Amino acid sequence: MSGRVLVGVKRVIDYAVKIRVKPDRTGVVTDGVKHSMNPFCEIAVEEAVKLKEKKLVKEVVAVSCGPQQVQETIRTALAMGADRGIHVEVSGKDYETLGPLQVSKIFAALAKKEQADLIILGKQAIDDDCNQTGQMTAALLDWPQGTFASEVSFEADKLKVVREIDGGLETIKINLPAVVTADLRLNTPRYATLPNIMKAKKKKIANVKPADLGVDVCSRLEVLKVDEPPQRQAGVKVETVEDLVGKLKEAGRV
Amino acid sequence: MTLFRQALRSTSRLPFICGRCRTYSAQAGALEQVVSAFRCVSGDEGVSVASAVREQHGRDESVHRCRPPDVVVFPRSVEEVSALAKICHHHQLPIIPFGTGTGLEGGVGALKGGVCFSLRKMEQVLDLHQEDFDVTVEPGVTRKGLNSYLRDTGLWFPVDPGADASLCGMAATSASGTNAVRYGTMRENVLNLEVVLADGTVLHTAGKGRRPRKTSAGYNLTNLFVGSEGTLGIITKATLRLYGIPESMVSAVCSFPSVQSAVDSTVQILQAGVPIARIEFLDDVMINACNRFNNLSYAVTPTLFLEFHGSSQSMQEQVSITEEITRDNGGSDFAWAEDEETRGRLWKARHDAWYAALALRPGCKAYSTDVCVPISRLPQIIVETKEDLIRNNITGPIAGHVGDGNFHCLIVLDPNDPDEVQRVHSFTERLARRALAMDGTCTGEHGIGLGKRALLREEVGSLAMEVMLGIKASMDPKNLMNPGKVL
Repeated sequence: MSGRVLVGVKRVIDYAVKIRVKPDRTGVVTDGVKHSMNPFCEIAVEEAVKLKEKKLVKEVVAVSCGPQQVQETIRTALAMGADRGIHVEVSGKDYETLGPLQVSKIFAALAKKEQADLIILGKQAIDDDCNQTGQMTAALLDWPQGTFASEVSFEADKLKVVREIDGGLETIKINLPAVVTADLRLNTPRYATLPNIMKAKKKKIANVKPADLGVDVCSRLEVLKVDEPPQRQAGVKVETVEDLVGKLKEAGRV
Repeated sequence: MTLFRQALRSTSRLPFICGRCRTYSAQAGALEQVVSAFRCVSGDEGVSVASAVREQHGRDESVHRCRPPDVVVFPRSVEEVSALAKICHHHQLPIIPFGTGTGLEGGVGALKGGVCFSLRKMEQVLDLHQEDFDVTVEPGVTRKGLNSYLRDTGLWFPVDPGADASLCGMAATSASGTNAVRYGTMRENVLNLEVVLADGTVLHTAGKGRRPRKTSAGYNLTNLFVGSEGTLGIITKATLRLYGIPESMVSAVCSFPSVQSAVDSTVQILQAGVPIARIEFLDDVMINACNRFNNLSYAVTPTLFLEFHGSSQSMQEQVSITEEITRDNGGSDFAWAEDEETRGRLWKARHDAWYAALALRPGCKAYSTDVCVPISRLPQIIVETKEDLIRNNITGPIAGHVGDGNFHCLIVLDPNDPDEVQRVHSFTERLARRALAMDGTCTGEHGIGLGKRALLREEVGSLAMEVMLGIKASMDPKNLMNPGKVL
């Protein structure tokens, strides 16, 4: 057991930003818009760092796929306590079409290369809401998966994961190595403090290309168009209950 | 004050029902004309005369009844604010700036009708300078919004009045909060303001774009506007001082046999140079309410809730110095925690204090007093105030920022009982005067607003009032800026 944890961190448009669709409807406006680490990835990093603080794992490696800017996201993970980073360089058209299938292939390759015991990812990204990368990575590696984790603990040489599911909570025990995806209630991520941001500047980020890992990032999906949700229509005021019932009947609701 | 605001938002507003749909003031035709001039500036979506919108903008979180404006405008830029102000100035219409409506002193009520400038569409964080620890924000940016924006930078804005208030609104009311003992109030943390005056002039109080950490250049116009509660101008940008997020936080709780011993401990902790971030005082009535509300079992006696910020190495030292001081003053049951969950549990009593107070008398409304005195006078004023509460049969658990000498009686009253309302009113006047008699102020954090104007005169004296009135007359000769407030 290497005691090494890989944590995936994705750079996304900040959750507080009002998203606008590009006039050509090929996507959303990203230029000049604030970006930050995907909130579920923050939770994943926090969990990994907590495990290291409890001395249950030895090293936390933060990984991100994208252009030069994702290094900022890796640096934030380093400031939260990750030990080193890996920047998988993907840019231009490849980056625009980068999705869970390619990313999971990259993670699978890195997990083998780094001999990781555990991969922790956010359950989904807030831009595409795919909720696929963790599951695909586990499948490619033929590793067990504990998704939507709200609690993670070690029991002897296995991992106990409490999962948030529709009916409530499900507790499973899985062998290591494994993939875990973080849900909202897993923990509350720490803020990166200035001293830690300073220290993070000295931590190493290695650069890798997908080709080096034997991964083809070509996408099999093509985005046809992106539209805004329909504008909210003004409500109509009615004077009496009879009017209300009349209107509901007109609309075929009653 | 977290508790207070959260709760006021959720309690029923009866019987302080908003005034019925206010019809246009005398010159109805003139108002029509003005509204269309507003629409030319801010577009159709930027102007509203709908009664629901006007009522929403005529009240805040105080006990003062709703006083809706005649029109609400939603400017998107300082240019629009200036153009709209010019129109108001020309037509002699009152101007009332509106941030988040979380004020506690009725500052947004349109006593003479007029135009409410709701600034929520101006919500950009501009010009963050990480190495200089400063940032400029528009009025739509709230405290939590800014701190969320800053979360990856290692910086934060620590002034925390409880509500998720507009930062420019906090500047306008000179807000403070639980952290003031360590980080100061808005007065110490605003470097520059962009303000639109009643006639539409755009003023940069420290010079356009300037943000030195200190200056001796000329009159301090920035701090003239901090605390002016919208009576001198509309704040459209604030440049704020930022701080590093503390590496480590530790929370602690300690019980004391008396108010005196709790305050003595506070003074000694400050004297010992412990950089304490929060010292909150809860009296026995409040602790009892908290015990009942949360099924806790704190000793029913004056209690201090403390929070330390600093490097992880310094935490141990800070906590042990503090523990020793509290012990020397008769304190007991000192408990402390560093991890977030236990800290949350320790402070739960303090966080829920407002709800706990309300739960003492279900169905009642709550009102908070806000006096502030030199710390050495705190034991005396609290003891006298508690005697007054008991004598007049008023439910008033006490919570205070004891490190600043500021405390709040969270008075729970039945608004339908005119006798009780009267007793509470007299009590608050006596309390304010008691504080003034002890070299203090009638309002430590909430502002003068509508209800404390007479007390302001008593506090600063007629000569200072003359000077204030003179400044107001020179900046706003037509008295259009938030009339009827402060002065």
